[in-house]
Amino acid sequence: MNSGKERLINGIVKENPTFVLMLGMCPTLAVTTSAINGLGMGLTTTVVLALSNVFIALLRNIIPDKVRIPAFIVIIASFVTMLELLLEGFLPSLYGALGIYIPLIVVNCIILGRAEAYASKNPVLPSFFDGLGMGLGFSIALTCIGAVRELLGAGDLFGFHVMPTADHPWLLGGKEIAFFTPASIFVLAPGAFFVLACLTAIQNKVKLEGEKKGKDMSKIGSGCSEDCMNCGEEGCGRRKFYDTEAGEGPVGKKEEQKTEQKEAGQQKKEEKQKETGQQKKEEKQKESQNRSKEENKEEKKEREEINNE
Amino acid sequence: MSDLMKVSSNPHIRSKVTTGNIMFCVILALLPAAVFGIYNFGIPALVLILVTVASAVLSETIFNKICKKKNTISDLSAIVTGLLLALNLPPRAPWWIGVIGGAFAIIVVKMLFGGLGQNFMNPALGARCFLLISFTSIMTNFECDGYTGATPLAALKAGENVDTMSMIIGKTAGTIGETSMIAILIGACILLFAGAIDLKIPFSYLGSFVVFLVLFSGHGFSPAYISAQLAGGGLMLGAFFMATDYVTRPITKRGQYVYGIILGILTGIFRIYGASAEGVSYAIILGNLLVPLIERVTIPKSFGKGGEKA
Repeated sequence: MNSGKERLINGIVKENPTFVLMLGMCPTLAVTTSAINGLGMGLTTTVVLALSNVFIALLRNIIPDKVRIPAFIVIIASFVTMLELLLEGFLPSLYGALGIYIPLIVVNCIILGRAEAYASKNPVLPSFFDGLGMGLGFSIALTCIGAVRELLGAGDLFGFHVMPTADHPWLLGGKEIAFFTPASIFVLAPGAFFVLACLTAIQNKVKLEGEKKGKDMSKIGSGCSEDCMNCGEEGCGRRKFYDTEAGEGPVGKKEEQKTEQKEAGQQKKEEKQKETGQQKKEEKQKESQNRSKEENKEEKKEREEINNE
Repeated sequence: MSDLMKVSSNPHIRSKVTTGNIMFCVILALLPAAVFGIYNFGIPALVLILVTVASAVLSETIFNKICKKKNTISDLSAIVTGLLLALNLPPRAPWWIGVIGGAFAIIVVKMLFGGLGQNFMNPALGARCFLLISFTSIMTNFECDGYTGATPLAALKAGENVDTMSMIIGKTAGTIGETSMIAILIGACILLFAGAIDLKIPFSYLGSFVVFLVLFSGHGFSPAYISAQLAGGGLMLGAFFMATDYVTRPITKRGQYVYGIILGILTGIFRIYGASAEGVSYAIILGNLLVPLIERVTIPKSFGKGGEKA
């Protein structure tokens, strides 16, 4: 689960931050008025994600556990500031279009989520690929949403006039064709919700059909909430049972297997102990019941004797 | 809805009132307005009505087929939705407006939320607002043979004098079904006598709207202005046919009064302070969204509960 290719596929398809994890909804809904804006936002976030994941993975053994969130935010914010200045200098049009949403990348929950769930527990290289994959998944999702909204809401695609609107009709054999009227609701806020919902539904449909055909569509363990008891994720390498200390820190594959075996062994022992304990208790109860019955019988006999007398 | 388990002990009272009956009644009641619209605006209006109704019915059929559910068009609610939506369209809107509107009303507003009885807002009005935001220029263009320029309500907002009598009869510009106050009131009477609606919501709606006008319109108590406001736009259609929609109105009696008053105030705010002359559809949709809250506040006390404690 830690190879670069797997991390990339996980981020782009299996655990796509927008369509599967439903993270980072604020920029998703707000900046995707056109495909270019979506792509720009996605790539900006990708750069920040990859770099911050690398640095958090590097510093993961130094950052104290209690102040890890502020530390993450400082790292992320530095990269965002750098990127913001770069964008302002070299891509002023994109900088103008994205506006307030560039500084808001600092608090984008995808970045903080990956830092907390993955980069702070794993080596540098997998963390880098995890950030890259998640970022690319985010970019692709935002570009798709932006493209649909731009196409339906303005009749354009990546700034080019695609659909035959009244302003830009198709010319076919000297005739002007303009049957498409842009529905401006798709450029406004409600359109973002419509398009996001439809695309998520399509993604779910594809996933279900894939599962029917027997393809492996399951997530690769990484969106870890540390709550292994309630986690339905099978085959998770970090799965913890009763030993809460075991899973923390980066663990190689061999070590994981060993700890798993140990844990499994411990589990069995504990179960056995419980079972034996229960059996003993039951035996005791039966004995006491038997005794009480015998006592009752004796009492009755005594009473009968007294009555007879 | 009919899939729900009915758990109750006998004896049962059986009523002949079914969803289909009520919807048929509503269709009958909408016919005067529709017929007048066709008379007023000609054949294109008839075509638009037919296209919209067909689109609504087809959307429901196709949706049920895709989801492998029983087809529910026999309860006639799709026809009512299509008809109501068509009456809210400008007479010269292109045919595809009706197709998109009917499909949006049925699929997005009604079926995706679980079908009839589960929709959180009036499907016809939801679709109208969708079209109004999407295709603003088409949806606000009421030009038609004989009628050029603004609707009476827009003229009224601009401070011009309007002929209230023609607004009541309906020989004005506007959407297909909203122009004739008389035709709509005939329909409302059909609904009232059939017992399909009662006057709680329409009266509290219109009453609070009039009070709002007197207080805030700047015209004071001027009968000419108030009657023009009442007869103009979709207020009558909204008050009698849309605000009283069974699914999206509150169930409780007190709640229905509260709902009507909220609608009246919202309509007043939109018409007087808003940028556009009309505000009925937005007011009713906002009211629909408030219904769960209204119901929570106005739950009646069950018999034996509450009251003074001895």
